Amino acid sequence: MKKSLFTLEKTEKLAADVFALSFCGDTSGIVSPGRFVEIELPGKFLRRPISVADWGKGRLLLLVKEVGIGTNELVNSPIGTEFDMLTGLGNGFDISKAADNTILAGGGIGIAPLYGLARRLTQNGIFPRIALGFRSAADSFYADEFGKLGCEVRIATEDGSLGSKGFVTSLFDADKSCYVFACGPLPMLKAIHSLPCVEGGQFSFEARMGCGFGACMGCTVRTADGCKRICKDGPILFKEEIVW
Amino acid sequence: MVDLSVQLSGVELKNPIIPASGTFGYGREFAELYDLNILGSFSWKGTTREARIGNPLPRIAETPSGMLNAVGLQNPGIDAVIRDEVPNIAKLFDGPIIANIGGFSVEEYAENCAKLNDIEQVKILEINISCPNVHAGGKNFGCDPSAAAEVTRAVKAVTKKPVFMKLTPNVSDIAEIALACAEAGADGICLINTLLGMRIDLRTRRPVLANRTGGLSGPAVFPVALRMVYDVFEKVKLPIIGCGGVASAEDAVEMMLAGAAAVEVGAANLKNPYACRDIIAELPAVCAKYGISDIKDIIGKAH
Repeated sequence: MKKSLFTLEKTEKLAADVFALSFCGDTSGIVSPGRFVEIELPGKFLRRPISVADWGKGRLLLLVKEVGIGTNELVNSPIGTEFDMLTGLGNGFDISKAADNTILAGGGIGIAPLYGLARRLTQNGIFPRIALGFRSAADSFYADEFGKLGCEVRIATEDGSLGSKGFVTSLFDADKSCYVFACGPLPMLKAIHSLPCVEGGQFSFEARMGCGFGACMGCTVRTADGCKRICKDGPILFKEEIVW
Repeated sequence: MVDLSVQLSGVELKNPIIPASGTFGYGREFAELYDLNILGSFSWKGTTREARIGNPLPRIAETPSGMLNAVGLQNPGIDAVIRDEVPNIAKLFDGPIIANIGGFSVEEYAENCAKLNDIEQVKILEINISCPNVHAGGKNFGCDPSAAAEVTRAVKAVTKKPVFMKLTPNVSDIAEIALACAEAGADGICLINTLLGMRIDLRTRRPVLANRTGGLSGPAVFPVALRMVYDVFEKVKLPIIGCGGVASAEDAVEMMLAGAAAVEVGAANLKNPYACRDIIAELPAVCAKYGISDIKDIIGKAH
């Protein structure tokens, strides 16, 4: 974990309530995809945990959904604003498990950490299939960016306004076993977890957190492997350790 | 050169700054960030007889200038702490440890404390009779003077270590509870634990916390904690550990002026993992600014 200042360089609206925020700062604490940052916001006591969508040397990309007062202030911050962040939090995805039958499945803002994951996998010569779920076409974002990496992208929307009508689970081929990296709302994770074709995988969870680095025990869940803190022992849990 | 050393019932602390129980685990997470040996002491996570997973999620909520928690005394249990954490703490920290002990019966408090008798590094027992987040336990003992006294007597009967009773602010007169503990033989008082509070989600129209209520901490509670330390100092002639909303070296000095012999820093550690390191680093300059050459001299000087 590192604590340092990041400067907001660019804000881009991607969908109804989703924004891409680009920052510059020390990203040396971020060593694998699926990790998150805790951002301090003026006038707020608790930091806001946000997953890292992508990063490079001195460059950080966050995809942020406006859900409350804190995220509203964040996405409306003027360019040049400095933010105190804790970076490199969480365990991150274990990309060594990825193979040719890998699917990256994301729902809504949950697709954010999958982008950084897809970039690293494609750099390693693995081209996972991408399954993205949104409420509607107006809520969709980043499908093209995944496509530009050379991955096959499938989209499902709840109202059928983009891609096929239905949920992310409808994008899985029932007769082809796969290894999944998933991030999204809890019901989506649960549905993917129970698909017979999903042989193994890593699931990224979210939780209301106090600290984000394992001190307060505010986000502990029960797993097959004992109590785990979503912030420190997660946010990624392996398929076999998840208890619903 | 400012003398920052203080004493708690004969236990020497190199400075008065102590990470508060429940915000510092058993030291592991913070030892990755800075050398724990700069600390006066630290108070480990409230430990009970049995392992506890705590309350369902969500158990954290934002508040103005603070936070609510309803963790519910998650801990691995006293035997696992003695087996796995005590040897590790010895590697991370050379100084005196404060063992925060929870319980659901008078007998459990005594039993947990007795198990620590042979652990040299535990210099002070901090008895949590004030957790607002566990039902049928914790706080119940801290809300009634005779129950608080009973726990104090039971613990004192099984240990030679100094016993500090950690009190809840969710009472009409905290000084009365402190006095009952003092008369039952307590060596010191720690106050305050969190204030009972709640938040409601406007969209779901349900409490944010699965436990419905939680304990409020952070800068919001500092003036309340300060006033209670001030009140207890007037009534009870025992060393006080002041706890509640301390977030700066100035806050620590203010808490000591109210009557605290040492100061616990809680929620601030969660917002800034370096909070205790920063406060300790700033303390000499703040003391110098206010003409303090020996920090012990200011204890209770606001009276």
